[in-house]
Amino acid sequence: MMIPDGIEDEEKWLAEGIAGIQHNAFYMHRALDANNLREVLKYSAQMLSELRTSKLSPHKYYELYMRAFDELRKLEMFFKDESRHGVSIVDLYELVQHAGNILPRLYLLCTVGSVYIKSKEAPAKDVLKDLVEMCLGVQHPIRGLFLRCYLAQISRDKLPDIGSEYKGDSDTVVDAVDFVLQNFIEMNKLWVRLKHQGPGRSREKLEKERSELRDLVGKNLHVLSQIEGVDLEMYKDTVLPRILEQIVNCKDDLSQYYLMDCIIQVFPDEYHLQTLETLLGACPLLQPTVDIKTVLSQLMDRLSNYAASSTDVLPEFLRVEAFAKLSSAIGRVIEAQVEMPIVGAITLYVSLLTFTLRVHPDRLDYVDQVLGACVKKLSGKPKLEDSKAKKQVVALLSAPLEKYKDIVMALTLSNYPRVMDHLDNETNKVMAMVIIQSILKNTSCISTADQVEVLFELIKGLVKDLDGTDVEELDEEDFKEEQNSVARLIHMLYNDDPEEMLKIICAAKKNIMNGGPKRLPFTVPPLILSALGLIRRLQGREGDLTGEEVPATPKNIFQILNQAIEALTTVPSPELALRLYLECAEAANDCDLEPVAYEFFTQAFVLYEEEITDSKSQVTAIHLIIGTLQRMNVFGVENRDTLTHKATGYSAKLLKKPDQCRAVYACSHLFWVDDLDGIKDGERVLLCLKRALRIANAAQQMINITRGSSGPVTLFVEILNKYLYFFEKGNPQVTSAAIQALIELITTETKSDSTAPDAVSDPFFASTLRYIQFQKQKGGAMSEKYDSIKV
Amino acid sequence: MDFLVGAFKPPCNVSISFVDTKTRKQVPLKKDNGQTIMVPLFQSQENIIGEVLIEPTQGKKFEHNGVKIELLGQIVVLVIGGLSHYTWPDSILASSVLFSSVAELYFDRGNFYDFTSLVRELDVPGELFERKTYQFEFSTVEMPHESYNGINVRLRYILKVTIGRNYISNIVECQDFVVRNFTPPPSINNSIKMEVGIEDCLHIEFEYGKSKYHLKDVIIGKIYFLLVRIKIKNMELEIRRRESTGSGPNTYVETETLAKFELMDGAPVRGESIPVRLFLSPYELTPTYRNINNKFSVKYYLNLVFVDEEDRRYFKQQEITVYRLLES
Repeated sequence: MMIPDGIEDEEKWLAEGIAGIQHNAFYMHRALDANNLREVLKYSAQMLSELRTSKLSPHKYYELYMRAFDELRKLEMFFKDESRHGVSIVDLYELVQHAGNILPRLYLLCTVGSVYIKSKEAPAKDVLKDLVEMCLGVQHPIRGLFLRCYLAQISRDKLPDIGSEYKGDSDTVVDAVDFVLQNFIEMNKLWVRLKHQGPGRSREKLEKERSELRDLVGKNLHVLSQIEGVDLEMYKDTVLPRILEQIVNCKDDLSQYYLMDCIIQVFPDEYHLQTLETLLGACPLLQPTVDIKTVLSQLMDRLSNYAASSTDVLPEFLRVEAFAKLSSAIGRVIEAQVEMPIVGAITLYVSLLTFTLRVHPDRLDYVDQVLGACVKKLSGKPKLEDSKAKKQVVALLSAPLEKYKDIVMALTLSNYPRVMDHLDNETNKVMAMVIIQSILKNTSCISTADQVEVLFELIKGLVKDLDGTDVEELDEEDFKEEQNSVARLIHMLYNDDPEEMLKIICAAKKNIMNGGPKRLPFTVPPLILSALGLIRRLQGREGDLTGEEVPATPKNIFQILNQAIEALTTVPSPELALRLYLECAEAANDCDLEPVAYEFFTQAFVLYEEEITDSKSQVTAIHLIIGTLQRMNVFGVENRDTLTHKATGYSAKLLKKPDQCRAVYACSHLFWVDDLDGIKDGERVLLCLKRALRIANAAQQMINITRGSSGPVTLFVEILNKYLYFFEKGNPQVTSAAIQALIELITTETKSDSTAPDAVSDPFFASTLRYIQFQKQKGGAMSEKYDSIKV
Repeated sequence: MDFLVGAFKPPCNVSISFVDTKTRKQVPLKKDNGQTIMVPLFQSQENIIGEVLIEPTQGKKFEHNGVKIELLGQIVVLVIGGLSHYTWPDSILASSVLFSSVAELYFDRGNFYDFTSLVRELDVPGELFERKTYQFEFSTVEMPHESYNGINVRLRYILKVTIGRNYISNIVECQDFVVRNFTPPPSINNSIKMEVGIEDCLHIEFEYGKSKYHLKDVIIGKIYFLLVRIKIKNMELEIRRRESTGSGPNTYVETETLAKFELMDGAPVRGESIPVRLFLSPYELTPTYRNINNKFSVKYYLNLVFVDEEDRRYFKQQEITVYRLLES
């Protein structure tokens, strides 16, 4: 209940104050109309007495002040016109000082003073000096602030500035500056003192009230910045040192923060640049509670914008060693403010980094310096817990990536990984993702093994299990996404030079191999494929041994790959390993390396036999094997026989009959390679096909027995198609008669009572027949071949 | 008195005039009855020259024992007792014409002391038939004291014409005039500077530029705060007049506050220096009078007053000398 009452009372007091002003203003107007100076002075003084109240908050007091202010304008008009009151301005200046109460006296004095300056009967500087001195009499914070605000207001257009009519031989810019500075200093002192007003009031309320008044103080700095005569030299020698002296001496955090910010905002960038040392020198002297990081950030922001505005100014930045100064200032601030939370320090470094990235993009050493300073600050402390601090570190580390769009730059920064070391595992991963995404987004290429090493060091959080990672916590989805990113990253490791590329692959392999069973299935394939890419580039190169280093020959690379895939088999991830073995085998084939290819096939077969037990996987695997083997041309007869024999054997041993059948007819291709010098063993093709037919038949019968009805004829139609293929390819063992027989067999099967129409096999068969029909009618050699087949 | 009490019509009209009435400065003088009249202004060692006009009423002749004119300087001391009090109006513009209503019955029981008495015989005993003028002249008259109109004491100058009569009371006519004496600026005029304080509460150093001020002077100074532990609400400078009458155990003192001038609003902190600038012209001051004819003194003091938030007052009083500046 207390607070509402308080507000209500305040409203009441304000209303009374306004009424008092209006009442006296009414009589003042009458006296003005009558040109009665004595009465004018009497009522204006009474009116101004309303401003003597102590009951209003700054906000309300301002309202009252504005009322009085408006009335004082009228009064000034009257004072200006000597014909109306008949008193010289000099006498008038004395006359108003007869008032017994100080506040009305000083308001009147300022008002007359304004006219006095305009009349030029006395040097402006003397009047200004007198006014600013006399105002010392009001020591009450709020009343004093507003009085001086009034003084600032009426004097603004009367300062003896360059180009001003009030500048004379004796009135110089120095006087103008002195005046504004003095008023500023006094106002700030009053403002600070407001903090100690009224013990009964809450601190928050006082702070709020003070905030409301801050612009009154700050306006002085704005006025200073508007004085044309304040050139760089004067700013450097007089203005800034005096402002800073006041800021430091007032020992008030609110004021210090606000005024530092003010300085940065109101004065030109160029001045800041030339006075950096002075400005920054004040920072460590401020109160420990001042939010210095925001202040400095603002400054660096402004400076970097300034640097961006024109290239002409850049040499100045270098000349004044802006970076070094900022850097050391930040160091000193952090040192001085022992209580500053770590997040504050890091935020400062982020600002500094942003600054150097914008102003000196060519100076990587600066970036590294900043990171180094950050490392220094973080070292000896436990890993960061504060989430804000962690965010700032991520921002710190992300900034160079965003700027250069090139991870390679970051990789040359020695302190970069050292900063990352101070992150906890989770944040480390976040940062690693940022790095990877930056690489992917900018498609930057990592082209040396050293860089690869550094990069993997940076993203080690993703590449291997770190100490203390709680595996349980990992989200499956996130994990997959992370690992997919790593996989994509591996493709970005590239160098045109095979030797270097090999080193890169080795480096990557070394790191990847530590990834553990969950990661390898994601990371090994891209590595293998990348290596195979290299191999293809090297095709035909001889494996000469030169020097101690492993030369980049396919043979050597295949050895490395073999090890990598082997790791996968232990994961275990046999299907994947099998695919990769086959990929490698094919590559070895292309390189004409029979033993290598054979070895890979052997590995694949071993896997098939020992690890791939699931029937579905077996089907897939066998088809892969057949497909790959079919394309191999490097093998001699013996090797080839061994392998095809094995493959056919596996095919026939599949669990399900249809699978068997399909695998077997697929094997037929192993004996008929449609190349110029490919193997063309029509006999064994036919053997395969026949065997397939037998199996299909067996399958049909099995269905008959188990279900009582014939199964679909799909398998037969499929085999028919194989027949047609080889028939067309000119396999002499595949005859039109055999085809004719197969067609009839299928027709019979489909028409038998026990066979239900089938939605898949029937149209398949029909379209096969249509194809034969088409070939027959097409004309040419093929038509003649088909001629003997009757449909 | 005789003249006032007279139940009969006076046999003649008497008037006193000065030769330089037209050119001489006239100043206001408050009469016993409270009226203010304009009277001529003199200073010491001036010649006072004029004429007395006696005009018998209705042309009747009358006898007299001789006519004389006297120049008298008088000090009138009043018996003290529950006389004047005035309250200071809480006005903004401290006005000089505010204190006015001093009780009228000044002279009821007053004691007169003539410190100057000069006589000129204008006529020998005889008869007067018709209007007659007499020239008179007092040359380079010593009038060391200024006219003064205080609370318990009054110093005045009069020209008094007495027409002596037998058996019946004399005819007396008086003419007031005012004397003001100017002094050149003092050759020595030191500043008043002092450090004072209440232990652990308030320590200040104040300085007034001079110790002697003329009537239209300005007091310039500053108050420097060395220690502030009390919550000061404001600070004022008062000008006080101390009029003491009599001597020894019979000394009566009246103190008036002529000015209350606010110097500072709010509480300063250590190190603040507050300017003082007080114009004396709005206030009705007189020069300082020290022991005039062993009868009275008028002294002026500057009183620096601090008022704290509980309205307690702390003050320090300093005497200043006021003089009437000889205008060059």
